Amino acid sequence: MWSFIHKHASPKHFYLLAERLIPWLGWSTLILLVVGLYQGLIVAPTDYQQGESYRIIYVHVPAAWMSMFIYMVMATSGAIGLVWKIKMADAVASSSAPIGAAFTLLALVTGSLWGKPMWGTWWVWDARLTSELILLFLYLGFIALESAIEDRRTAANACAVLALVGVVNIPIIHYSVEWWNTLHQGATVTRFDKPAMATSMLIPLLIMALGFKLYYLYAMLLRVRVKILESEKDTTWMKELITGAKK
Amino acid sequence: MKNASLSNAFFTMLKRDLTLALRTRSEIANPLLFFIIVVSLFPLAVSPEESLLRTMAPGIIWVAALLATMLSLDSIFRSDFEDGSLEQMLLSPQPIALLVLGKIMAHWLVSGLPLILIAPILGISLFLPGEAMFALLATLALGTPVLSLVGSIGVALTVGLRRGGVLLSLLVLPLYIPVLIFASNAIATAAAGISIKGQLYFLAALFALAVTLAPMATAAALRISLR
Amino acid sequence: MASEYSAKQILEVQSLSCTREDRDLFSGLSFTLTPGHALQIEGPNGSGKTTILRLLCGLRLPDEGDILWNGQSIFEDRAEYLSNLAYIGHAHGVKGELTPLENLQVSQAMSAVESPISADEALEKLGLFGFEDAPSRTLSAGQRRRVALARLMLNPVPLWILDEPFTAIDIHGQKQIENMITEHVLRGGMAILTSHHPLDLSDDHLTSLNLAK
Repeated sequence: MWSFIHKHASPKHFYLLAERLIPWLGWSTLILLVVGLYQGLIVAPTDYQQGESYRIIYVHVPAAWMSMFIYMVMATSGAIGLVWKIKMADAVASSSAPIGAAFTLLALVTGSLWGKPMWGTWWVWDARLTSELILLFLYLGFIALESAIEDRRTAANACAVLALVGVVNIPIIHYSVEWWNTLHQGATVTRFDKPAMATSMLIPLLIMALGFKLYYLYAMLLRVRVKILESEKDTTWMKELITGAKK
Repeated sequence: MKNASLSNAFFTMLKRDLTLALRTRSEIANPLLFFIIVVSLFPLAVSPEESLLRTMAPGIIWVAALLATMLSLDSIFRSDFEDGSLEQMLLSPQPIALLVLGKIMAHWLVSGLPLILIAPILGISLFLPGEAMFALLATLALGTPVLSLVGSIGVALTVGLRRGGVLLSLLVLPLYIPVLIFASNAIATAAAGISIKGQLYFLAALFALAVTLAPMATAAALRISLR
Repeated sequence: MASEYSAKQILEVQSLSCTREDRDLFSGLSFTLTPGHALQIEGPNGSGKTTILRLLCGLRLPDEGDILWNGQSIFEDRAEYLSNLAYIGHAHGVKGELTPLENLQVSQAMSAVESPISADEALEKLGLFGFEDAPSRTLSAGQRRRVALARLMLNPVPLWILDEPFTAIDIHGQKQIENMITEHVLRGGMAILTSHHPLDLSDDHLTSLNLAK
């Protein structure tokens, strides 16, 4: 079991595995996103309350899901790198951060775009939007800390500690913000999470969510590969791989 | 091997940091002055109107307390890092988390406690009603230790960096949000004459969580930063 | 001379490698240190002397290789190893706002061993009699280093790791500290130091390691 993990966690195997997976992930992401967007923007029925503008949930909701998911991935792989000193886990954590931050920003921007027709303003201190904003701060803190530390291994471990502290805090922050929101805005006009969603509206959402997840894997593996190229450039296997490819 | 050296090590560390702080008094005075000045900026910036200041008072005082703590955090580890004492601490066979806890407690006594003592006066200057005074003191007493504890993790992560100051606030301020929300809300609720038991329990829970986890996280972060 | 420390203790360094910013500082470094021996590490600036010492303290992690204390990796059983170790680095950790006496009291409380002598006596041995109660920042650099070295007298541990112990110290003091180190080694202690200062020890007791490429 251990030797299996260590074999696949070695930079060489990870690099070759990523090379094989990336095209598959890229194409299936593209297909899912095209199908999901077509279904969501054209096929799905119009909402009787919100009209057409509800359709932004097909981007907003999966992006918000991903923003949480990626932070969890970062904390988990950071912890693995910290405890078992697996280099690839560190690479996964640090490659995920900018992608997670981008999804969080996307969730914020789409939330604000949705807010204009719904609430009449670009920004409302709604619980979900506020939580996303704080999550964005956590991502930016992670990225800033990583870029401030020169030594790569130290940076990875320091960021892992930060991500773990963040993970303990996220539920607390989330709960606090929810609670704060119910106090100050008891009657928000409409909320994103509708109690019951028609199946015809739900299916495109799930397709989009899967598409976003695959896109994350695709982008993350691309970034990890670049990191491996950088850090392993002096190893023999990398030199053989590069010169071999040229022949 | 010596006996009872655990509590001895903890109290020695606490006493050492308190002595150091007392000998460089600006460490105590500066954050306190900062706290007072920030609070007194608000009536100037917003309006001296009584009803407005009264509603804003809990938030103003707590935001100022947050910033004042932030400003003083660096002193937990910075000078020890520069003169090699931090290395010596990490090389001590005593549990690092315990020594760290001693240092954090000293930091709170030096920077948190004075804030609590001066807060009622600031409350009066912002027309905070008498009923809310207990809430102000109780939330500060429960909340400021959490700020020191959580902040110490951030300092430990940035202590080796040349320009860690701004980065520290970026790392730590988002983590302070739950304390800010519950504490300032408790004060406002108390001012309205409603019981604030729930908020105080929540702050106490945060304190319990922070006091158990933060020293360990800080110790781990210090080991990483000093490599 | 009768040994004061356990004769069974052994420090083993196994094929240690260290890179800094993509540059190999050293690789495949191996040696063993047993009681009654000193290791003097020499090399030009930037050759990684301090890095080795920090590795040996367990402050830094090696890129490859391991360091064993009595057969146990120092990165696993940290507390056991640290209670046998005294390190005086380039930044020696003497607090300027505390007096020499207070500085020593702190390090005494952090140590795991019983002191054979009082902090006052330790300071006197290092020639700091009369300076116990002055704030350390008013002392000269050499005197502050002596305060740091007084820790070695106060907490008798077998393994001393010293980074340039003679820096800023006058000729008379250098002789004194040299004697301190040789006595420690001859009593069955171990010492690892970086310095170009010759030590008055026979080849049986002294090994030197040159990091020059």
